[in-house]
Amino acid sequence: MSKNIEVLTNGILKENPVLRLVLGTCPTLAVTTMASNAIGMGVAATFVLICSNVVISALRNIIPNQVRIPAYVTIIAGFVSVVQMLVKAYMPALDKSLGVFLPLIVVNCIILGRAEMFASKNGVGASALDGLGMGIGFTLTLLLMSSIREILGAGTWFGYQIIPASIDPFTIMTSAPGGFFVFGALMAAATLLTTPRKKKESPSGKEAREGGEA
Amino acid sequence: MAIKLAAIFFTMILVDNYVLSKFLGICPFLGVSKKLDSAVGMSLAVTFVMVMATAVTWTLQTFLLTPVDAVTGELKWDFGYLQTIVFILVIAILVQLVETVLKKYVPSLYNALGVYLPLITTNCAILGVTILNIDNGYNFAESIICALGAGIGFLVAMVLFSGVRRRVEQANPPKCFEGLPITLVAAAMVSMSFMGFGGIIEAIFGV
Repeated sequence: MSKNIEVLTNGILKENPVLRLVLGTCPTLAVTTMASNAIGMGVAATFVLICSNVVISALRNIIPNQVRIPAYVTIIAGFVSVVQMLVKAYMPALDKSLGVFLPLIVVNCIILGRAEMFASKNGVGASALDGLGMGIGFTLTLLLMSSIREILGAGTWFGYQIIPASIDPFTIMTSAPGGFFVFGALMAAATLLTTPRKKKESPSGKEAREGGEA
Repeated sequence: MAIKLAAIFFTMILVDNYVLSKFLGICPFLGVSKKLDSAVGMSLAVTFVMVMATAVTWTLQTFLLTPVDAVTGELKWDFGYLQTIVFILVIAILVQLVETVLKKYVPSLYNALGVYLPLITTNCAILGVTILNIDNGYNFAESIICALGAGIGFLVAMVLFSGVRRRVEQANPPKCFEGLPITLVAAAMVSMSFMGFGGIIEAIFGV
C-alpha cells in the first residue's frame, strides 16, 4: 500500500514532470496564459496519460521490443483523438483556446516518457497510479504557472477580476517572453525547495534579492 | 501570389517564429542549442523533415481524408478525425526513411545528424506545422513555403540562442538559477527582442 502511495505522490513533487524532469515544456509554456486553459490541458493530458499507461502496460509482453516506439505512439494518438473529439463536442470554447496544442498531446514527452520509463516495466495497477500521479503533478504545475501569468498579466484569475482594473496589468506576462521568464523562475524555485540548503542564508532573503535583480 | 508566399515565409521566420513566439519545439531548442554546429545540424534535419512531412500530409488530407467533390464542392467522405493518428505515423515513417536513406547513400551527413534524427519524431514543431497548415486552409505551395519558413525560423532561433547561451554559461547567476532556469530567462530576453518584429510584414508586403 505504502508503495502505491509513493508511486502516486512521486509525480507531484519529487519527480514533478515539468519542473524536475523538464518534460512537456511546449504545452506548459503555450497554454498557461489563462488558468482555465491550464486546467483543461492538464485534465486532457492526465486522461491520455492514464489510458495509454494502462494499455501499454497490459500489452508490454506482446509488443516486440524493436517496434515499441511506433506502437506506443499509435496507442497514444488513438487516445488523443478520443479526447479531441470529446472536447470538440462538449467544450468548443476550450477547443478554440487550446487550438493546435490539443492534438499535440501526442508528442508531449511526458506521455511517451512515462510509457517508456514506467508502463513498459510495471503492472497495470501501478502504471495507472503512475499516470494519475504524473498527471496531477503536470496539472498542478500548469495551474500554478498560469495563475501567476494570468493574475500579473491580465489582472484576472479564472476570468474573475483580482487586481483592480484601474491598475494596468503587465501584459508581457501573458505573451511569449513572460512564459519563458515565469517558467525559469518557477524552476529555480523548485531547485531551491528540493535541494538541501548548505549556506545559512534564508531563502526569503535570497528570493528578495533575485526579485530585485529581475 | 509571389508576394503572399514571401509574406508567409518571412512571417514564419520573424513574427510567428515557432520557438520564440509559438512555443513549438522547445525541447530541442533547450537541449541541442549548446553548441553552434549541433544546433545547425539539428535545424537542417528538422527543416528537411518539416517540408517532406508537409508535402505528404497535405496530399493525404486533401485527397484521402477529406476529399472535396470538384462539381458539388461537398466532402466526398470525412475521415478528418483520423488526422492526428495519420500525421504522426507519416512523420514517424518519414524520419525512419530519411535515416535509412542517409545511412546508405550519404554516410557523412548521417554521421553528422545521426543522434538528432530519431529525436525529430517527437518534435512538436513538425506535427504542429502540418496541422496548422490544414487549419489555416493553405494550398500546396503555401503549405510548403510555410513549412520551409518554420524550419528556417527554427534555424535562426537556434543559431542566435546558441550564441547567447555561450555567454550565459560564463555568467555567474544565483545558485538556484544555474543551468536551465537562467537559460529560460535568457530565452525570455531573446523572445522579447523578436516581439519587436510585430507588424513588420504588413508594413513591407502590405498584406
